[in-house]
Amino acid sequence: MTTGALPTLAVWKFASCDGCQLTLLNCEDELMALAGQVQIAYFPEATRAVVEGPYDVSLVEGSVTTPDEIERIGQVRAMSRTLVTIGACATSGGIQALRNFGDIAEFRSVVYAHPEYLSTLARSTPISAHVSVDFELRGCPIDKHQLLEVLSAYIQRRRPRIPTTSVCVECKRRGAVCVAVAHGTPCLGPVTQAGCGALCPAFARGCYGCFGPQDTPNTSSLADRLLALGMDDDQVMRIYRTFNAASEPFRRESERHEAPQPEEVGS
Amino acid sequence: MSHKLTDGGQVLHVGTLARVEGEGAMHIEIKDGRVKQVQLRIFEPPRFYEAFLRGRAWTEPPDITARICGICPVAYQFSSCLAIEDACGVVVPDAIRTMRRLLYCGEWIESHALHIYLLHAPDFLGYPGAIEMAKDFGPVVERGLRLKKVGNQLMTLVGGRSVHPVNVRLGGFYRMPTVAELHGLRPALERGLEDALETVRLVSTFDFPDMEQPWTYLSLRPEHGYPIESGDVVTSDGTAFDVRDFTAHIKEFHVPHSNALHASLDGGGPYVVGPLARYTLNHDRLSPLAREAAREGGLDVTCRNPFKSIIVRAVELVEIFVEAIRIIDAWQDGVAPSVPVPARAGEGFGATEAPRGVLFHRYRLDADGTILDAQIVPPTSQNQPSIEADLRTLVEQWIELSDHDLSHRCEHAIRNYDPCISCATHFLDLTVERS
Repeated sequence: MTTGALPTLAVWKFASCDGCQLTLLNCEDELMALAGQVQIAYFPEATRAVVEGPYDVSLVEGSVTTPDEIERIGQVRAMSRTLVTIGACATSGGIQALRNFGDIAEFRSVVYAHPEYLSTLARSTPISAHVSVDFELRGCPIDKHQLLEVLSAYIQRRRPRIPTTSVCVECKRRGAVCVAVAHGTPCLGPVTQAGCGALCPAFARGCYGCFGPQDTPNTSSLADRLLALGMDDDQVMRIYRTFNAASEPFRRESERHEAPQPEEVGS
Repeated sequence: MSHKLTDGGQVLHVGTLARVEGEGAMHIEIKDGRVKQVQLRIFEPPRFYEAFLRGRAWTEPPDITARICGICPVAYQFSSCLAIEDACGVVVPDAIRTMRRLLYCGEWIESHALHIYLLHAPDFLGYPGAIEMAKDFGPVVERGLRLKKVGNQLMTLVGGRSVHPVNVRLGGFYRMPTVAELHGLRPALERGLEDALETVRLVSTFDFPDMEQPWTYLSLRPEHGYPIESGDVVTSDGTAFDVRDFTAHIKEFHVPHSNALHASLDGGGPYVVGPLARYTLNHDRLSPLAREAAREGGLDVTCRNPFKSIIVRAVELVEIFVEAIRIIDAWQDGVAPSVPVPARAGEGFGATEAPRGVLFHRYRLDADGTILDAQIVPPTSQNQPSIEADLRTLVEQWIELSDHDLSHRCEHAIRNYDPCISCATHFLDLTVERS
């Protein structure tokens, strides 16, 4: 970046719900201060104004699901010095990656009267499947404090300090009662990356894995525990198959619990 | 905006609509001084929610469908809860319904404040966005952020977090907030009410283009109060029907230029859902304070100028703060957070008023609660034909404007609807045959 000038920030959207971008606008107390630290150069959700690239930091929300998006992510990478993905869609393919386990042609015909009007890919893939990514921020949605940490880190030219431990660590720190041990509630906390502040256990429910797998998660050990708590294989498959279904550890574990497909019969 | 001449005609094209949720574009063709074609193009990629809800358990849609939209997840959570509870023959107790209403108040506050201050006001005041606007209108933008913040605080308290709340489940909540926690928010809500009244005063001074919308209005109308989390369907044509009959009246169809399905009411022209429809059909349900604010804001008991939707949203903000404070003051501890919703085979229907208008869900369940099929009709898809109709009227009325000004005015007209484009690209084209 040029000395003296503010670093430029661009925010891009691929297939997603806009929730992670909204998290930036939800920094009500910090937004104006942030606007003094970086130049918001491209952010269609917030402003019509566009400053030409290249950009110092690009935040990318959403997964790649159309041929156009494959092309566009290459362009975004080319004009970004640092590229940070924000949220489960951009880092693991998001909920729309549930298509990866099904038949896209059938999905198209179920949802749309004229599937031929659509241009879509058979698989939803994370940004890192297409271009190099400098940092991946987890969460469905991302946590606002983590987003501010990432932005501060890039303004100060350091690595962001984001934990890669499990939700259990946060749960203990918070002093929350373990819902799995105390109540037998199925919980993905032991395999899910921290970041939310152990929100679900604090609300008396099990973690549902919206931050995706922690570093080296023992998914099969947890699956055994879930089965012992009374879940059947189909439930174990589905609990691993939600907002981070295409992340490698969750995908693999979900497939281990998938019922064998019956032979095709004429319908 | 790009501008080119084709076929002796003129094409106005805005490639990426700014300050809307999701990805859309606008395409207008003018030939011989007449409007040939108007298209709101939704190129937000399809995400196939209805397809992959099939085979999931009946308890899962509140968490899954929330992900359709980061701005109005509560709308998806509650429409899905109502529809599945309907299929299972469960009506939640009044206290749970009231707490749902309170969480929904938080979403309305967050969404309306975001739209009024950050997305829509810059059009009226002549700025590309709120951050640029803050240089000249610092206290105004600060007020908008303060309003949005209290909405998010309310969502965080009741729902756990403001984007994709974790505390909503079929039959109610995982955990009820306590009276002490709720009262902690009261001062911020009182300040919010003052800010909302100030918002009505501000937006009513804006300059509004003359435009009257002839289309049918459609909204919910509950037995009591302003429509938020429940109600039957009513229209400005005097029709009224149960939410169960929604798909008998509303037909969806697919046009080539949009990834979102369009909708029509009883085969008629465009119809409008959202603040203008809610206000016009439920003016008598506003609290005295909100009604007085509307009068001071220059509104009649009906509003047919889509540009004045910003005043209606501000009046709704007043209403929603009055309502949130009323609920908090009357709340008592000791309410069970949820009631059981056992699975059974059946079909269920549910609709609530998202900040942008009626959001309808339908689910068909197997005896063990497996979802056989799902249908979701979001407000923006229903409004697409009326948005296009508004654009046609505008272009005809202001055809002499420069391309730049005309294009900007059209973008402004699209933002009148606060279109939620991510929402609008997921729904099922499936009609229910009734014999």
